[in-house]
Amino acid sequence: MKRTALALISAAAMLAFAAPAAEAQTPKRGGTFTFAISAETPNYDCHGSDTYATLHFSAPFYSTLLKFNLDKYPEVTGDLAESWTVAPGLLTYTFKLHRNVAFHDGSPLTSADVKATYDRLRDPPAGVVSTRKATFADIDRIETPDPYTVVFKMKAVNAAMLEHFASPWNCIYSAKRLAEDANFPKTNVMGTGPFIFTEHVKGSHVAGKRNDKYFRQGLPYLDGFKGVFMLQAAAMLNAFQGGQVLAEFRSVSPAERDRLVQAMGDKVRIEESSWTLNLLVVFNVEKKPFDDVRVRRALNLAIDRWGGSQGLSRTSTLRSVGGVIRPGSPYATPEAELVKLPGFGKDINAARAEARRLLREAGVPNLSFTLHNRNLAQPYTPGGIYLVDQWRQIGVTAEHKQFETSPYLAAMSSGNFEVAIDFSNLFMDEPSLGLAKYVSFDKAPQNLSHAIDRELDSLFDKQVRELDMKKRIDLIKAFEKRLFDQAYQVPLLWWHRIVPTNKVVMGWKMSPSHNLGQDLAEVWLNQ
Amino acid sequence: MAVATPAVAEAASRTRNPVLAFGRAQPLGAVSLVAIVAMMFGGIFAELVAPYDPLAIDFGSMLAGPSIEHWFGTDAFGRDILSRVIYGARTALVIGFTSSFIGSTAGAIVGTASAYFGGRLDSVIQRFVDILLSFPIIVLALVVVAVLGRTLVLGIDVNLIFAIAVPILPKVARVVRAAALSVRAMPYIDAARAAGYSHLRIIVRHMAPNLVAPYIIMLTAYIAQAILLEASLSFLGLGVTEPTPAWGLMLSGNASDFFREAPWMILFPGIAISVAVFAFNLFGDAMRDWLDPKFKL
Amino acid sequence: MLRYAIHRLLLMIPTLIGVAIVVFFMLRVVPGDVVEVKLRGDGGNVSEETLKLERQRLGLDKPLIAQFGDWMIGLATLDLGKSMWTDRPVIEEIGIRLELSLQVAVMATIIAVLIAIPMGTLAALLRDSWIDYVVRLVTIGGLAVPSFWLGMLLMLSLLTLFNWLPPITFTPLYVDPVANLTQLIWPALAVGYRYSAVVARMVRSSLLEVLNEDYIRTARAKGVFENIVVSRHALRNALLPAITVIGLEFAFLIGGLVVTEQVFNLNGIGKLFVQSVSRNDFTLIQGMVMMIALFYMLVNLTVDMLYAAFDPRIRYR
Repeated sequence: MKRTALALISAAAMLAFAAPAAEAQTPKRGGTFTFAISAETPNYDCHGSDTYATLHFSAPFYSTLLKFNLDKYPEVTGDLAESWTVAPGLLTYTFKLHRNVAFHDGSPLTSADVKATYDRLRDPPAGVVSTRKATFADIDRIETPDPYTVVFKMKAVNAAMLEHFASPWNCIYSAKRLAEDANFPKTNVMGTGPFIFTEHVKGSHVAGKRNDKYFRQGLPYLDGFKGVFMLQAAAMLNAFQGGQVLAEFRSVSPAERDRLVQAMGDKVRIEESSWTLNLLVVFNVEKKPFDDVRVRRALNLAIDRWGGSQGLSRTSTLRSVGGVIRPGSPYATPEAELVKLPGFGKDINAARAEARRLLREAGVPNLSFTLHNRNLAQPYTPGGIYLVDQWRQIGVTAEHKQFETSPYLAAMSSGNFEVAIDFSNLFMDEPSLGLAKYVSFDKAPQNLSHAIDRELDSLFDKQVRELDMKKRIDLIKAFEKRLFDQAYQVPLLWWHRIVPTNKVVMGWKMSPSHNLGQDLAEVWLNQ
Repeated sequence: MAVATPAVAEAASRTRNPVLAFGRAQPLGAVSLVAIVAMMFGGIFAELVAPYDPLAIDFGSMLAGPSIEHWFGTDAFGRDILSRVIYGARTALVIGFTSSFIGSTAGAIVGTASAYFGGRLDSVIQRFVDILLSFPIIVLALVVVAVLGRTLVLGIDVNLIFAIAVPILPKVARVVRAAALSVRAMPYIDAARAAGYSHLRIIVRHMAPNLVAPYIIMLTAYIAQAILLEASLSFLGLGVTEPTPAWGLMLSGNASDFFREAPWMILFPGIAISVAVFAFNLFGDAMRDWLDPKFKL
Repeated sequence: MLRYAIHRLLLMIPTLIGVAIVVFFMLRVVPGDVVEVKLRGDGGNVSEETLKLERQRLGLDKPLIAQFGDWMIGLATLDLGKSMWTDRPVIEEIGIRLELSLQVAVMATIIAVLIAIPMGTLAALLRDSWIDYVVRLVTIGGLAVPSFWLGMLLMLSLLTLFNWLPPITFTPLYVDPVANLTQLIWPALAVGYRYSAVVARMVRSSLLEVLNEDYIRTARAKGVFENIVVSRHALRNALLPAITVIGLEFAFLIGGLVVTEQVFNLNGIGKLFVQSVSRNDFTLIQGMVMMIALFYMLVNLTVDMLYAAFDPRIRYR
């Protein structure tokens, strides 16, 4: 009976997802939009940040050069750039800027501001943190032939450059302010975005009011917004249910979704998508017996991903079974081919028998080790609980140890673990971003298994240069096959993004990344 | 304050069976004792008592309500809540007993030494006690857990035990020191020193017997506090970690998301904590009234 | 009395220094640091070089002894430094949250005192009657029910039964008393129950003790009307231990609302503490521990002073 109830809820959720298309109406102006942010940004500087906490806070105050068109994701569209051209050979990018853009202090935006911003990103002055220094290392120089034209000259070809120009983290800052103090954006909010910063009460909320001089005519619709920091999911849900917050844009868990649907009925809109995040199982190949491919393969085989997906997806944000690329992306391996890869088969009993055999062969039939995990309720804890249970079924004892973020990261980066749950968090589907994590450790420090595999490296380099999509997909499949055979680190499950918004919230667009589309310019309230 | 209480000896001589005597004098205490014994029985023989494996995941019956098969229902992983509550008793008792025992014993030793030797040692120890006392309990435990991380021995986190024992130490030390000061002032201690007995002998043979009553009272009282503190830390995600069954942990995470469809998920563990702490407090009260009615914590 | 107060204030200095030393070295044993959490916590692919530069900026690359020196010098000049997470002064970070935590603590104290004193007195006067038993059970219950669980039930029942919830952001009392009280009354109640239990138990037991003392018996034998005896003599003396407990609990609440603040999403000191611990924000943790310790010592001193003022039998050297 419980199951039917849940099935009904899910059905309701699906229906709700289909609904927005039918809701097209003329936007209404006015109102203050309150939403929840489940983390608080340490400072305001987008350039030094990699967390949504900064974006959900400051995206409404800033503009970027390009942005993703969420109606046709992963297509990019202009933001400050009115138009752009890419020279054949991908070595020159020319952007024409909108002419009526002003900063919140009244000064006009020119190409000098864009140049100063990207110079800061690719070569930060002393004392400034740019987490995108490597991303823009391929830029040779930036030219500003006139106040409304910016030209990027490249040193090397980077097929994903346009997507990087659309990255939500490249907030455009005022050149004048940066010249006065390179760290100005860290403690001050001053952009060209649809909203003007009004206040940030530490630990409580951020607020903004409408920018009447916003360069897109008629936008934004809202009078203002308020982002309330709600770190406890339970508190957030209560507030959502009570109508005090109207949205949570990162994600809620399926259980939280079900609770909201049950309590609020048709007052809540649920939108779902596969997510550009996944959990990985990492074997530290520098620790015995994980240097033995048979052991790694056995532990990978023992994981029933399809069964886990069904069960876990009802209570945790883990859901889609996928390889190295997000399922749903055009580059992802389809299910029919995925099931042929080790650890992804649907006959779990056969896989487990094979796993036991491999462990016996490796001389460790009663293997026991510790599973290093992060102490976060979603979805690390359910992922860890599930893995311990799966390995128990082939006679392996894994002791689940969870750590706070700081000791967790410290052990991960120093290689002080046997088997760990790692995660990857990308803001878009570009395969090179996703695959980079699996390249040999000496080339990619983010490969925490510390494995060295030249075959993977060469496949990676080939796919970066391959401009034909079909051929590129084949290279990615070969990469995936080699990776899962060696099983240095294997994807567990991809996350599933579930965004609840109150039915009065209109004009917000769902995407596979919680980092995109948060400037709130087109959001309006149907009250 | 307790001064050379002969209550232990007196109480024991009232009847041959001290348990019966305790029950007669403290009916509420006896009731709580029964609850504690039941809890210990469940905790020790959890493998036999619990109907299910507390770790076994069964997605087929997740979030099931209380029924014949699952008396307390199941959680979001389909794990049997009754079994997890029973195993949780083991976690609570082991951590409660050991941390209270370690904290009280260390506190009693420090307090006695401080009182007996007096002088400079006493003031140094008192400063240390002050330092520890001025950290609020939960803050101290937070820092200790964060600093030491987690070290598991037989599935129980020893650092957690340490974290809970540390804040108990100064409180016990202060009370025992005060009691020990009065004992120290007794003429027979001077006599013993004059007779040339060693310090250790005087402390163990002459002082310690008079400090047993406050020690036992504090020990039982802090078991309840330790259980409560463990639950709070686990709730914050700083105590016991999944999948180990622990009451506070069962309340954390997404448990309250299911309040409407699965209220048993937060009701039963909460009740278990309350009953356990209630029983230990009641028992602690009864012990105090029985051993030394004038003693104050 | 003044000399005693000065003596006690001076004694606080070595204790505070001790606290400063203990907290400093305790924290440095934690693996990892704030830089890693800030730049890699959400999966950022940040180079070692960037981490190194940020550590340099925060002074985390200096030898431990130099960092310790900075900390002690800062303390001596009453400078707690800047939060490593937000780069804002520690004092400012604490200041923002202090008002809320103080208010919850004060409200819980008022609730506790209003409930505890009549309850404890009644129980003591009617010792071993059914009222006494009920009071004892209710108070032991107050010690047993975790206040965070009580808070969870409170919030969920408000929501389920009335479909209503208290405001989610803090409004100072002087700005909008209604919004302020509707937000804070619930955590105050959840905490106040336990608090009142502690105080009621103390009132009961110390009143029982005083009632057995000679001067009360004398007063009764003289035929003074019993009520007057209780109120004039007994209650006054019995209140002293209760004041101690109230003071200690109050001091505890400033930093001890950790779990309750989580449940009610309150922007207070306890929540800040949990956050700074999980971020390894050393300077902020240090500053908060110092503040809480100082607060505890001052409350303790005040309680002792009150003792002296109320009870002429106590003489301090």
